[in-house]
Amino acid sequence: MATLIETLPHQRKADHHRPWPRLIVGAEGWRLATGYLATGHLTLLGLWGDGPIVHMAVLDQRDVAVLSYECKKGTFPSVSTAHPPAGRMERAVRDLNGLNAVGAPDTRPWLDLGFWETGRPLGKGCAATKPAPYKFLPAEGEGLHQVAVGPVHASIIEPGHFRLTCNGEHVVRLEQRFGWTHKGVESLMAGSSLNKAAQLAGRVSGDSTVAYAWAFAQAVEAARQMQVPPRAIYLRALMAELERLANHFGDIGAVCNDASFAIMHAHCGILRERTLRAAHACFSHRLMMDRIVPGGVSNDLAPEGLAQIRALLEDAKLKFPRLVELYDNTASLQDRTVTSGIVRAELARQYGAGGYVGRASGRGFDARRAFAYAPYDTLIFEVPVLNAGDVDARVWIRIREVEQSMALIEQIMARLPNGAIRTPLAGNGQVREGVGFAEAFRGDVMVWLRLAGDGRVERCHLRDASWFQWPLLEAAIEDNIVADFPLCNKSFNCSYSGHDL
Amino acid sequence: MRKTLFESLTRGPLTEPPSAPDEAALAELAQTVNRAARARLGRSLSIRHVDAGSCNGCELEIQAVNNAFHDLERFGLRFVASPRHADVLTVTGPVTRNMREALLRVYNATPDPKWVVAIGDCAANGGIFAGSYAVAGGVNDIVPVDLHIRGCPPSPIDLLKGLVALIEHVT
Repeated sequence: MATLIETLPHQRKADHHRPWPRLIVGAEGWRLATGYLATGHLTLLGLWGDGPIVHMAVLDQRDVAVLSYECKKGTFPSVSTAHPPAGRMERAVRDLNGLNAVGAPDTRPWLDLGFWETGRPLGKGCAATKPAPYKFLPAEGEGLHQVAVGPVHASIIEPGHFRLTCNGEHVVRLEQRFGWTHKGVESLMAGSSLNKAAQLAGRVSGDSTVAYAWAFAQAVEAARQMQVPPRAIYLRALMAELERLANHFGDIGAVCNDASFAIMHAHCGILRERTLRAAHACFSHRLMMDRIVPGGVSNDLAPEGLAQIRALLEDAKLKFPRLVELYDNTASLQDRTVTSGIVRAELARQYGAGGYVGRASGRGFDARRAFAYAPYDTLIFEVPVLNAGDVDARVWIRIREVEQSMALIEQIMARLPNGAIRTPLAGNGQVREGVGFAEAFRGDVMVWLRLAGDGRVERCHLRDASWFQWPLLEAAIEDNIVADFPLCNKSFNCSYSGHDL
Repeated sequence: MRKTLFESLTRGPLTEPPSAPDEAALAELAQTVNRAARARLGRSLSIRHVDAGSCNGCELEIQAVNNAFHDLERFGLRFVASPRHADVLTVTGPVTRNMREALLRVYNATPDPKWVVAIGDCAANGGIFAGSYAVAGGVNDIVPVDLHIRGCPPSPIDLLKGLVALIEHVT
């Protein structure tokens, strides 16, 4: 049976786009796809500009397609009119590329706060915009007051602005404003060598450097149709699961810390540190930056590293269940996390929320399962899903994923093949396009790129899972008390840098 | 919980022996820090952290200096929530153009005497992001920096060595 994507009217398929097709569509195909997004038959994976073209990546069950619409007069039919999750992306496309979504309900700038050297940096360029007062959405009623938080935050975290409108202790409306950490990554990538671009990809969001480097490498390898040595594939998965472990340990502790339960934070911090030390022993970098490269991995596993990982797993198997029990049996902590910050399943589905945000609200999407990229096609693991959608459920998803990651690491170590760790780059000389996905600890990372004939990157777009999670935080916090905002925010732990790019 | 607490009491601390101050950091501080200011502070400094546009990698390692292994507070250094309470600003990131004004405001809100520590390769000169239309430069291009701790990201031990050098030097 034909998938929905194949039935979309399109002018032609792009010649060299892998592993999924790219369809060049007209207004009819674009509008039809928008309609399918609105009805939930398709899920939005990304929307970005590329010269005069706007691309939209969509998911149909396990099939992906990129739809490309050429903006004749610098405009394209708005997707967000019918499908709100596209809203912030359309605003970003306007800021970066100067392409306008006709009919979009919200045309305020998103990433361009008026300080850049140039306007429309990814488009034709124009005079820089000036800082202008930002019109926050209204919330009207008697006795409402506003709490403005950020961009500089009170702890050791990234910058962003939250505007809370409150009625007494209760939050009536939260509106986010981002863009503060925008570094122009995609501009820096355009025209850069593959090495430089891979390094940049690994620094889009430092906590997910392995996932980003992997997604980038997969996009390059798809475009160039390269085979990666089996050992490299397993080493990549080992790094990815270590990264997931370290972040989940850190998050579980940090969520409890935001409910003033410091002992969990202290003990989870120890497990996190042990994980990072094991990573360092294996790959000589605690966060494993620049270890995954197109074609394979840059460093082989240090022989003494495996012993460290075994010691880590042994220690965690002993300590972690006790911490889980502590979390589960502490009424004062449960009082804070249970029923706080609920994300409804319908919203998680509509926004295509990945990671623990989606999986705590009934959306069981995991790129490792959905796209079954090697070696996850042969490894045994479960994707935990819960339906409560509250802070507690997001903690439990992490707890279950810690258990799954530990089991995955054992399988990887048992099966780790010998042999080469890197394939030389091949297939230069032609323009090629590719898409890659990797499941970071917070959700799926997507990388789309076009490589020029000389091997340089012509255009690369990186989409963090946070794009589809941040808006849900605005919904989750409604009717919660202000004091629970940090708790809810930490349970999401979305990326600022990965979103602002 | 009782078992966990009891074990913590009997097992002894995980905290590792203090790092010696970094020699290069001491040399840099000798040139930048006003000696007259030292006597005022005792052996305690409060730090306010500002992420001026980093990738979050440096933040993870700064958080790690507070864990049980590194325990920054034993050196008299602690992170505070407001620049008004701070003696030291730690700043990460290439300073993005969007964060430039916010960084300046934090700096101006911090009472004198104050020191600025630029953390990470990007904070030194913009690092891999230098030259972007959205990047204003390294931290020193926006506010005067007293100490650089390099690395991508610097490890918690590197951070401790640098910060211990700071407290040795200014108090």
